[in-house]
Amino acid sequence: MEKASRRRFLAGGGAVAAALSLPVAAARSGAAPAGQARPAGGGGAMRGHGGGTAGPTFRKGEIVDHAANGFNPTDILRDFDWGRTRRLVSGRVLREWELVAQDKEIEIAPRVKYPAWTYNGRVPGPTLRCREGERLRVRFVNASAHPHTIHFHGIHPAEMDGVPEVGLGVIEPGLSVTYEFDAEPFGLHLYHCHVGPLAEHIARGMYGTFIVDPRKGRPEADELMMQMNGFNTNFDAEGNQVYAVNTVAFHHVNEPVRVRRGELVRIYLVNILEYDPINSLHIHANFFDYFPTGTRLEPTDFTDTVVLGQAQRGICELRFPHRGMFMFHAHKTEFSELGWMGFFEVT
Amino acid sequence: MEARGQARPDAGAPMGEQRFPRWALAVLPLAAIVAALTGLALFGGQTLPERAGPPVEELAVERTVLRPGEIELSARNTGPDPVTVAQVFVNDVYVDFITPQRTLGRLASATFTLDYPWQEGSPALITLVTSTGVTIEHEIEATVATPEADAAFYATMGLLGTYVGVVPVLLGMLFLPALRDVRERWLRLFMAFTVGLLIFLAVDASLEGLELGRVASGAFGGAELLVLGAILAYLSLAALDRHLAGRREQAVRAGAGGWRLALMIAVGIGLHNLGEGLAIGSAYAVGELALGAFLVVGFAAHNTTEGFAIVAPFAREERPGLARLVALGVIAGAPAILGAFLGASINNPELSTFLLGLGVGAIVGVIVQLTPVLRDQAGRVLHPDSVAGLLAGMAALYLTGLLVNV
Repeated sequence: MEKASRRRFLAGGGAVAAALSLPVAAARSGAAPAGQARPAGGGGAMRGHGGGTAGPTFRKGEIVDHAANGFNPTDILRDFDWGRTRRLVSGRVLREWELVAQDKEIEIAPRVKYPAWTYNGRVPGPTLRCREGERLRVRFVNASAHPHTIHFHGIHPAEMDGVPEVGLGVIEPGLSVTYEFDAEPFGLHLYHCHVGPLAEHIARGMYGTFIVDPRKGRPEADELMMQMNGFNTNFDAEGNQVYAVNTVAFHHVNEPVRVRRGELVRIYLVNILEYDPINSLHIHANFFDYFPTGTRLEPTDFTDTVVLGQAQRGICELRFPHRGMFMFHAHKTEFSELGWMGFFEVT
Repeated sequence: MEARGQARPDAGAPMGEQRFPRWALAVLPLAAIVAALTGLALFGGQTLPERAGPPVEELAVERTVLRPGEIELSARNTGPDPVTVAQVFVNDVYVDFITPQRTLGRLASATFTLDYPWQEGSPALITLVTSTGVTIEHEIEATVATPEADAAFYATMGLLGTYVGVVPVLLGMLFLPALRDVRERWLRLFMAFTVGLLIFLAVDASLEGLELGRVASGAFGGAELLVLGAILAYLSLAALDRHLAGRREQAVRAGAGGWRLALMIAVGIGLHNLGEGLAIGSAYAVGELALGAFLVVGFAAHNTTEGFAIVAPFAREERPGLARLVALGVIAGAPAILGAFLGASINNPELSTFLLGLGVGAIVGVIVQLTPVLRDQAGRVLHPDSVAGLLAGMAALYLTGLLVNV
């Protein structure tokens, strides 16, 4: 170890410091402090995973208040919003949604509140789902205190692009507009706000998944949507303090994703991580077919790990051959130990 | 008080002009102040705008204790608003933790015991995430198990304090016989040498204290504590000096006062050695101290000069008794033992700053005491001999200080 100067260690002294085991013993035996336990919803055998050498964990026994948040990541997994449809004179299907921008404080880790900007009060926003070739109409109401837009990934006219100074441009608070375009190309896409400062508008939670099914559909499967995100809670724009899939860190440690053995599982995986944007997914003890952006029906890879830059996305298809608990997490271990980790529970 | 009031010349004024007793003139404004402050506290807030900005969340980590597999830290809220520690991560890993209290009001403190398998010698960056997402970081530069505060630990600290404090000072006092034989001129030079030593110690301790004050959390002040300690020590020492002077007036008149001077020097050096012990103890506690022969020899060389300083006033005195000399040595050296205990067990930058301030004030007091002794026949303090002595004294401490730059 380097030799510290006397001054230096004295200076660091208060910081680093010292012994006295008595108060220590008291604190240890003080055991379960009041107010620690909060009823844990859902359930799964893995509650309490982690701690010390067993890996990362929030303070044991604590979970976020999903009811107060108004959404539960477990529900978001399989919550596909097909909107309302009617048939146009031409015979085409017109599919309509309404998205409302709202400022909302959400609990992203137990007791850590984040002042989010949301679509429809949840992060990620609704998973909009449609079929190739349909006409899409998205009414956007800005009930937030900040200007926003919806910028869709996909193919559409310039005026529907949801960026400032082009077409509909920036939507000021209190105003509403309707974005209208065709559902193309089929695949896995996303939408997000595109108002400056862009990084902040994305990081604050203004994003969601946009899925265009191929005309002939995809094989029947248990479908899951996972949007990899994170929260820069101290707003220093240097990395994030919390990483997750679908917002709540370590959520699927507490509530594992339940799937059935042998059944086809399809994961719509989207990376929307801001500030430290290279993200990844690794599934333990299983391999999956990978369809980048979901725009081809043939997989390009058979793997257990994919790495995605910001806004990159792809479809993972697999069947779990064995029962049990299988971890999944970012194979950027820093992210996984800061919340982006969970379990599949195969039954 | 009324009696005193009546004794005043205006006591005979007609009742109409003094309807209130004199004490009421003090009590009434006091009551008005209390009423006004109470009113402000109750209603004043409503007349002011809301705070313009987010809450100010500050925590100062005052102490960390490392045991295998866990880190315990004590944090104090040094900001104006309450702080709730929501979660904690260490080196980018969220950890389980135990705490009796996670919401800290202003100036409240709590311990957080983190379940984290730290690796010896690696840095640990602890991040406390508050309920609003604010992050408060504390870095441990190199993790080392904190020594258990058992009997063996205190024995080690006692031995260390004795080695670096008591033994060298006593050794330095062995110069006394030699001093008694030197000529007047040389004696002045030696006294100047002593003053030089003390000036260097005062400067050194002040710089250390200022640096520590910057580390201190701020809620209790930093550099202010140094100044406060220094003034307290200076005034206390001055009072002690007057007391001793009164008791030994005869000796002083006889131009002696050697014992008094020696005691002053011993107390001043003792307070200084308290700070030195603090430094050693806290270094040991965080594993930054190589407890070797080199360190002990270095401190001995450094601190023998202090022993010399103590016996210098006896050069022209009646021979002091052995017991008295040993007592002086203990007064000057033993605080190093106490300092080592304190430094290794309750290390706290505020306390250390204050104690260093005590040392500075005491040494300045001693310098003021010693200065008249330097006068030559012409009454000058800064004559060539004294200047040479002063410089030599400062150089001696600077050079021996290099040996103990732990």
